Amino acid sequence: MAIRRRDFLKGAGLAAASLSLPRLARGTETASIYELERFGNARILHITDAHAQLNPVYFREPSVNIGIGEMAGRPPHLVGRAFLERFGIRPDSADAYAFTCFEFEKSAGRFGKLGGFAHLKTLVDRLRGDVGEKDSVLVDGGDLWQGTGLANVMQGRDMVEVANLLGIEAMTGHWEFTYGEQVLRDNLERFKGEFLAQNVFLTEEAAFNDARAFDPATGRVFKPSFIKELGGHRVAIVGQAFPYVPIAHPKRFTPDWTFGIREEELQKHVDALRGTDKVDAVILLSHNGMDVDLKLASRVSGIDVILGGHTHDAVPQPIAVKNAGGTTLVTNAGSNGKFLGVLDLALDKGKVSDVRYRLLPVYSELLKPDPAMAELIGRVRAPHVSDWSEKIATPDRLLYRRGNFTGPMDEVICTALRTELDAEIALSPGFRWGVTALSGQALTMEDLLAETAITYPETYVQEMTGAEIKTVLEDVCDNLFNADPYYQQGGDMVRAGGLSYTCTPTDAIGSRISELRLDGGKAISASHRYKVAGWASVNGRQGAPVWDVVGKYLRSGRMLQERLGTGIALKGVDGNPGIAG
Amino acid sequence: MTTTTGPHPTRRLILQGAASVALLGLGNLPFTAAPARAAANDKYPDEAFKQKNEADAIKALYGKTAEPSDKVKLDAPEIAENGGVVPISVTTTLDKVTSISFFVAENPFALAASYRIPDGTLPSVANRLKMAKTTNVTALVEADGKLYSATKEVKVTVGGCGG
Repeated sequence: MAIRRRDFLKGAGLAAASLSLPRLARGTETASIYELERFGNARILHITDAHAQLNPVYFREPSVNIGIGEMAGRPPHLVGRAFLERFGIRPDSADAYAFTCFEFEKSAGRFGKLGGFAHLKTLVDRLRGDVGEKDSVLVDGGDLWQGTGLANVMQGRDMVEVANLLGIEAMTGHWEFTYGEQVLRDNLERFKGEFLAQNVFLTEEAAFNDARAFDPATGRVFKPSFIKELGGHRVAIVGQAFPYVPIAHPKRFTPDWTFGIREEELQKHVDALRGTDKVDAVILLSHNGMDVDLKLASRVSGIDVILGGHTHDAVPQPIAVKNAGGTTLVTNAGSNGKFLGVLDLALDKGKVSDVRYRLLPVYSELLKPDPAMAELIGRVRAPHVSDWSEKIATPDRLLYRRGNFTGPMDEVICTALRTELDAEIALSPGFRWGVTALSGQALTMEDLLAETAITYPETYVQEMTGAEIKTVLEDVCDNLFNADPYYQQGGDMVRAGGLSYTCTPTDAIGSRISELRLDGGKAISASHRYKVAGWASVNGRQGAPVWDVVGKYLRSGRMLQERLGTGIALKGVDGNPGIAG
Repeated sequence: MTTTTGPHPTRRLILQGAASVALLGLGNLPFTAAPARAAANDKYPDEAFKQKNEADAIKALYGKTAEPSDKVKLDAPEIAENGGVVPISVTTTLDKVTSISFFVAENPFALAASYRIPDGTLPSVANRLKMAKTTNVTALVEADGKLYSATKEVKVTVGGCGG
């Protein structure tokens, strides 16, 4: 692929007007957008939600990401032009392509793929080398081990090897838990860094039965934090795992553990780090999601910076939140390996005196892949990749997933489920991982697995009444739009095939969803029973894995004849900058 | 019925949980014979357990209304991991506590459990609630003849990232 360095430099030069964005390029031969001005005495590098994407990807950021109540119109709930304006990014720049959906297809041809661990390794080594290995640390916010067919068959072992070579020193988790306790523990045996989670405890039954815990007295299953000396000062990094693992996923994966936000336990722990351990800075490595982190930052004091993930929000600048103890900065570092967060700290005795933060897009065309990492990626992929290289379809349109209500990739999945399983309606989870395929780009089984590879992929067909269907839609919609972020689980709206509806995000649970109709316009009746297909159920199911069902449909070539598009109408959110114009 | 004097703190929690489950199931937790300060607590509160809504249940149990207090600390999950077994607990810094009760606003019967707190006992109770759907959970503490409360919404979800 041709290097379009001129395009990048143009973009970078224009973006440099904004403080937090990459510095103006100086040379033409080096990727000088990665030459950062030195600042402070410690550097923390942060990746999150990479979803096991070992190689560079296309990933379109959302055009619908609505904020409700206090979150309306505030980052991360800005998309497209509103996002560019808020952060001072030029619409024709590489950064506009990396951070937003703006003119995605046009820019994809210009700037190419982002991410890839060999490219990321080059960037990480460079940024650590700039400040000295011992004054820097690399942390991962979770969702590292899941998201590809390879990670699924290797149960995350591939990603542990990659994490070790990349030099990740601490991580927390979310999808990591869906491999179950035994696999998680086996992987952590091999992981050279720390797995941190202040908010995972033994259930009372498990504690009673003396199940394994990091701290039997409190029942904490994992180490809550670790302290590292950086720039001659002590920095504590506290882990916050995804608070709703046993609710968002089958409980059978984590029967002995109970999660939650655990605000009080966190406050106590932060107080102990400050009071007893006399640390100079406290960083929360969080998988709460950005809205939850923003609320938490207003209620828990003593945290300097929250390095956030889960909601896959690529936010170029930290959001400052006031609380009883001062101010906490909240960040979120995007997804799929597209970004590297760089937090430079000026540390003093007992405090952080100043901060500089950048969220650097990992432009694979500007970074030479690290040879050792490229070799490792080739080696872990080798035994499986040929099985998945068959081209199963060539889409005639852009396929992406991310968005609050729907995406063409999920429309394909829903249509496949309805067709292959002979159902009137299909439901598909609103995951935020899953990469983007360009129009005309041949899809392989490996691509399809990158949309579907989970440990509970079984499909099902069942009868549901209209009332039950509405209940499911209302329930998931509340996870997204509850005015109180602590009651949100993250993720997007369940995708519906064969079904149209009107959604009023600003209403309360039970009254957000209306006008439910089948394809063709017939109103859904509350008492009538409908045949519904789906996958990724939290209850045990026995059907064929979703990738086989969708693969069969795509091989049939029928996708090209289908008219995609869902009839979801939104009410009460006119002018919300979380919807691209 | 059960003893709560084990040396193991976890064991005590389990037993408290068991007691409350039994209470929910049978509705006949034997109250101790300790003399109560409040007349309403003198005998098994049949009427209170029969009330469908919270205000009626509080009235039947205590004959007075409660005021919210930040001295009542209610610990409950924001979103229940299992609506059938929702762990909650209450502690309070109030003096002269004589009883602690739990209400689930939209359960078929709002009063879930009521504990008598004898003189000299730490006012700390852990319980498990069976919850039909998303609703408010309220803890009432009776102290020095007055009623104090703390309320939190607990969401009961069908689960899954969706689908």
